[in-house]
Amino acid sequence: MSALRAFAARVGARPVLAFWVFFVVFPFIVPNRTMATQVLIFGLLAMGFNLLYGYTGLLSFGHAAYYGLGAYGAGIALAKLHVGSLWVGLASGLLLAGLGGAVIGFFCLRRRGIYFAMLTLAFAQLLYFVGFHLADWTGGDDGLRGIPQLTLGLGPWQYSIETTLGFYYFAYVLVGLAVAALKRILDSPFGAVLQAIRENSSRAVACGYNIDRVKHLSFVFSACFAGLAGSLDALRLTVVPIESLYWTTSGQVVMMTLLGGAGTFFGPFVGATTFLVLEERLSLITESWPIVIGAIFSAFVLFLPKGIWGTLTGGIYGRQSA
Amino acid sequence: MPELSTLLAQVFTGLVLGMIYVLLAIGLSLIFGLMTVVNFAHGALYMLGAYFGVFLLGYTRNFWVALIVAPLMVGALGLLIERFLIRRLYGRSPDDPLLLTFGLSLILIEGVKVFWGKIGLTLDPPRALAGAVDLGFMTFPAYRLFLVAVIVAVLIALYFFLGRTNIGLIIRAGSRDPLMVRALGIDLGRVWLVVFGLGTALAGLAGILAGPMRGAYAEMGVTMVIESFVVIVVGGMGSLLGAVVAGLLIGQVVGLTTLFVPKLAEIMVFMVMAVVLLVRPSGLFGEAGLLE
Repeated sequence: MSALRAFAARVGARPVLAFWVFFVVFPFIVPNRTMATQVLIFGLLAMGFNLLYGYTGLLSFGHAAYYGLGAYGAGIALAKLHVGSLWVGLASGLLLAGLGGAVIGFFCLRRRGIYFAMLTLAFAQLLYFVGFHLADWTGGDDGLRGIPQLTLGLGPWQYSIETTLGFYYFAYVLVGLAVAALKRILDSPFGAVLQAIRENSSRAVACGYNIDRVKHLSFVFSACFAGLAGSLDALRLTVVPIESLYWTTSGQVVMMTLLGGAGTFFGPFVGATTFLVLEERLSLITESWPIVIGAIFSAFVLFLPKGIWGTLTGGIYGRQSA
Repeated sequence: MPELSTLLAQVFTGLVLGMIYVLLAIGLSLIFGLMTVVNFAHGALYMLGAYFGVFLLGYTRNFWVALIVAPLMVGALGLLIERFLIRRLYGRSPDDPLLLTFGLSLILIEGVKVFWGKIGLTLDPPRALAGAVDLGFMTFPAYRLFLVAVIVAVLIALYFFLGRTNIGLIIRAGSRDPLMVRALGIDLGRVWLVVFGLGTALAGLAGILAGPMRGAYAEMGVTMVIESFVVIVVGGMGSLLGAVVAGLLIGQVVGLTTLFVPKLAEIMVFMVMAVVLLVRPSGLFGEAGLLE
C-alpha cells in the first residue's frame, strides 16, 4: 500500500510525463487493444468532466451533450459535408462542442448548486431529442453512418489510422496534448481561481474575481475536452450512434470519474480503465452487469468518495490534487 | 386548425400528463425542500410503482388493492433507502445523495429486467373504468378522468396535511430553518424519514396510475424524472404551488405541441425551461436564493 502511495505521489509530481511514458506501452498490458483506445477516449471525456466537477465544483450530469456534439460535428463534416480531411473533421467536432458548451453553460449557470446538475441533464436530454428528430443530418435512430477512414496527412507524411494500433497512437498523441493542455490550465492563475471557487465561492467573489465568467469558461473548456473525445470516438467507430447523446453516456462519465477519483489529475483515466475492464469482464458473466456496476458505484459514493486514485494520492479536494 | 373537439381532447390529454408530472414533482420537491436531497431514483421508483401494480394485480386480481398497496410498497422501499443509505450522506456535499440515487436507479432499472423481463408489461384498468365517458362535447376514457380525480384528491389531502397538521407544520418549518426546529427539541431525522417515504410513495402512486395508460417498462421513469426536474426548475424549487402550476403547464405544452407539431413535443418541454431560465431564473414561484 505504501509503495503504491509512493508510486502515485511520484506520478502525481510529473503527470504529463507520466502520461506519455505510461500510455506508450499501455496497449500491451491491457487485455485487448481496442480497450486501450477506449480508455484513452473515455479517459479524456472523464478528464473534461473532472475539470468541471473535480476542480470547479460543478456537477454536470449532461456531458453526453458535448461528447455527442463532438462526435456528430466530426461525423457530419466527414460523412455529410465530405470535407475530406481528418483535421477539419476533428476541428468541426471540437468547435461544435465548444459552441454547445458556451450556449448550454450560459443557461445552466443561471442557477447554482444542485439545480446545475439537473439543468445540465435536462439540456443533454434536449440535444438527444434534437439529434433523434434531425434524422437527415444525424441518421436519427439508426445513427450516423459512413464516416470515411481517411489517412492522416502530416505535411509530406501519410499516417494510416485503419489498424487498431495505428489508431491508438494517433489518439495517444492527441489525448496527450489535451492532457498537457489541461495541466497548463490547472497550473495557470485561472486554474487557481477555479479551485478557489470550488473551495469557497463567496471568498473568491470577495477577492474580486468574476466567478460567473470563470465558471463559464471552465464549462466551455470542459465541453471542448469532451468534444475532442467524441470526435475521436466517431473516427474510431466510423459511426455515431444516437446513444452518444443519451443520459447513459453522461452517467458513465460520472461513474468513471468518481471510481477513479474526482479532483485528481489521473483519476479519470484510472476510473475509465476500471469501468471498462469491469464492463468487459462482467458482461461475460451476466447480462445484468449494470446492477453490479451500479452497486460498486453506490458503494464508492458511500464509503470511498475519493475514488481509487484519490485514496492513493490523498484526494478529493485534498492538498495534492495530483 | 383542428376541430374544437380534437383540441379539447388534447387539452384533456395534456391535463392527464400534467397531473402525473405534478405528482412526481411534488414528491421530489418535498424531499428536496426538507432534506436538500435530489432523488434521482424518483423515476425508478415511479417505474417500480407500475411494476408492483402489475404484480399485485396478477396476484390479487383487484385493481383497488393494487392501487393502495403498490405505493405503500414503494414508500416502504423509500424508507429503507433513506434509513440505510441516504442517512449516511447528511453533512456531505448535496451532490452526493444525487450520485448515490443515480447508482440506485441503475440497480433498480436492471433489477426489474431480471425479475419481470426486458419486454414491457401491460396493466389493465379495472372493468368499471374501462369504457369512455360522454362529457357532452366529447367522449373521454373513463380511466383518465378517474386518474385526474385521484390526483386532485391526493393534492387536497397533502394541502391539509402540510397546512393543518402538527407534522405538516414541522415539515414546513424544517424546510425553512432546520437549525431552529432542532433547537426546539424536534428530532428532524424522523421527519426526514417520513418525508422521504411520503415522497417516494407519491412516485409509486404516479407509477401505478400511469400504468394502465402507458404500460410498465424498465426505462419508463428516466424521461419522466428528467421532465419532473424541468417542472421543478420552471415552478421554482421547494414551492409546491409552483410544482402544480408548472406541471400542468408542461402537460399542456406537450399535449398541444403533439397536436400541432408532433416532432417538437419533447423538445418544447426544454424550450419552456430555457425561456423561464432567461426571464425568471428562480422559477415562476421560486424565491431567489432559496436553497441554493
